[in-house]
Amino acid sequence: MSTLTTAAYLVSSVLFILSLRGLSHPSTARRGNFLGILGMTIAIVTTLSNPGVLSYKEIGIAFLIGGLIGTSIAVKIQMTALPQLVAAFHSLVGLAAVFVAASAYYNPSAFNIGTVGSIPMGSLIEMSIGTAIGAVTFTGSIIAFGKLQGFVSGNPLVFKGQHFINLLLGLGIIALIVKFCIDQNQELFWLIVFASFVIGVLLIVPIGGADMPVIVSMLNSYSGWAAAGIGFTLSNNLLIITGALVGSSGAILSYIMCKGMNRSFLNVLLGGFGGEQAASAGGVKDDRQAKQGNAADAAFMMKNSKTIIIVPGYGMAVAQAQHALREMGDLLKAAGAEVRYAIHPVAGRMPGHMNVLLAEANVPYDEVLELDEINRDFSETDVAFVIGANDVTNPAAKTDKTSAIYGMPILDVENAGQVFFVKRGMASGYAGVQNELFFRDNTLMLFGDAKKVCEDIIKGLEN
Amino acid sequence: MSEISNQLESLSYKAQQIANEASHLASSVAETSGGHGDFIIFGITVLVLACFVGYYVVWSVTPALHSPLMGVTNAISSVIIVGALLAAGPVDSNISKYFGLVAVTLAAVNIFGGFVVTNRMLSMFKKKQ
Repeated sequence: MSTLTTAAYLVSSVLFILSLRGLSHPSTARRGNFLGILGMTIAIVTTLSNPGVLSYKEIGIAFLIGGLIGTSIAVKIQMTALPQLVAAFHSLVGLAAVFVAASAYYNPSAFNIGTVGSIPMGSLIEMSIGTAIGAVTFTGSIIAFGKLQGFVSGNPLVFKGQHFINLLLGLGIIALIVKFCIDQNQELFWLIVFASFVIGVLLIVPIGGADMPVIVSMLNSYSGWAAAGIGFTLSNNLLIITGALVGSSGAILSYIMCKGMNRSFLNVLLGGFGGEQAASAGGVKDDRQAKQGNAADAAFMMKNSKTIIIVPGYGMAVAQAQHALREMGDLLKAAGAEVRYAIHPVAGRMPGHMNVLLAEANVPYDEVLELDEINRDFSETDVAFVIGANDVTNPAAKTDKTSAIYGMPILDVENAGQVFFVKRGMASGYAGVQNELFFRDNTLMLFGDAKKVCEDIIKGLEN
Repeated sequence: MSEISNQLESLSYKAQQIANEASHLASSVAETSGGHGDFIIFGITVLVLACFVGYYVVWSVTPALHSPLMGVTNAISSVIIVGALLAAGPVDSNISKYFGLVAVTLAAVNIFGGFVVTNRMLSMFKKKQ
């Protein structure tokens, strides 16, 4: 690698770091994204000027096809479908890593790592590890995509001996890698790919829909490590630095999500949370009656309150209620109320999902607050309006040591003067735990589709 | 006198031999590692330092922008296209080149898709008027 090339790669590494740095505030974020694009452009142009890269025509066509597909998907996608889009994109990075590694195996001289059959040991180790991570990322992301999109059931798929099979497969892959590094056999290479594909599927099927924020972040992390692995094969620092950035970013996001649920990463990975298990948790039949209200009552009460905090959850995304919700908020503001939004770290199906949906509906970002910023204010708030959220408001997380969600940080909506719950029915949340807030004196249930309820309240406010 | 000069001569001859052997050894080490052994340590150094940079940079990202963060990291992880371009680069067509071209296409979907969708998200975040 010439000095000039190395220097150019260094510049694009620095640009990538600055691009993530830009995301520390919404006002600098767009510039951050631009720096990322600049960094990627420099990386690509530099690589194209490599003397070994000659087939510009084919590369141009491949690049154009990919670019067109990527752009048209990104322009059309609905913001509520972001989690599955991100999962799908992660799978592509994984698959690309597998193809690059396969290419390096069949034509090592293009990468300056010896010749066919006599690739140095170090390169073989890096190549096979990069391949395995890439392959796991590929199938794992596809399953995550299927669960988020609804192609695959969101319920955890659990069977006996599951973890034992995963362990065996994991050890098998390590054995295959060792054997491959000695023999350089092509069947072994594809066996590694195949076994990693299988383990990618098996790792994700036992994980329930609402744990997907952790999984999407984890796969984000994996795609980074796959890139870093390929970086070692190519002796390229740009790939290693970028891979490490992406890898640590995904790992930190997974950590934040786990903390938001007070569950260990291992507990999420082992899966089986929610779904089937939940049914048994609700063994004691609750015959208490929740107070039910209608949109007109809610409109009247909110019109007469000074402070309102709205707590959105995944149900809002499902019902596409964000625009109607914002309109409702605007009318209440016009009536003289202070309206703010409280976001729980694990609300939605990916980190920051609710913030994007509210931004899409033109809610200014300074009215949208995180749990730590707003939680104390509930006690001085007239109305808490919970729309499509449940477990994240459940006081059992603080009081009931036997509860599945004990210890999870919650939004203290119970402290507000009046609580409205917009829900489709009395069903318990993902964790399968009954929410005793439903039976409190200061709670009113508004049953119905989130969007419909908001529209009805808007009508009530306009009259 | 002549004894001492003889001894000196044999000493210097031995030294010469040792030096020769040493240089042989050094060059054979360099051959077996192909210069690559050096890169692994160097690469791991870079990896570890970059993890620290990533740690501090990502913690400073505001939680409200965690979705765009995933969009950007998704796009930049496609820097793997560097490897794909090198694989697709040679003139003569073989399986390796086709793998490279497929990887170029996949990475390009991600680069464009990732940056465009992030830009769409970020353009929606507005301050109170």
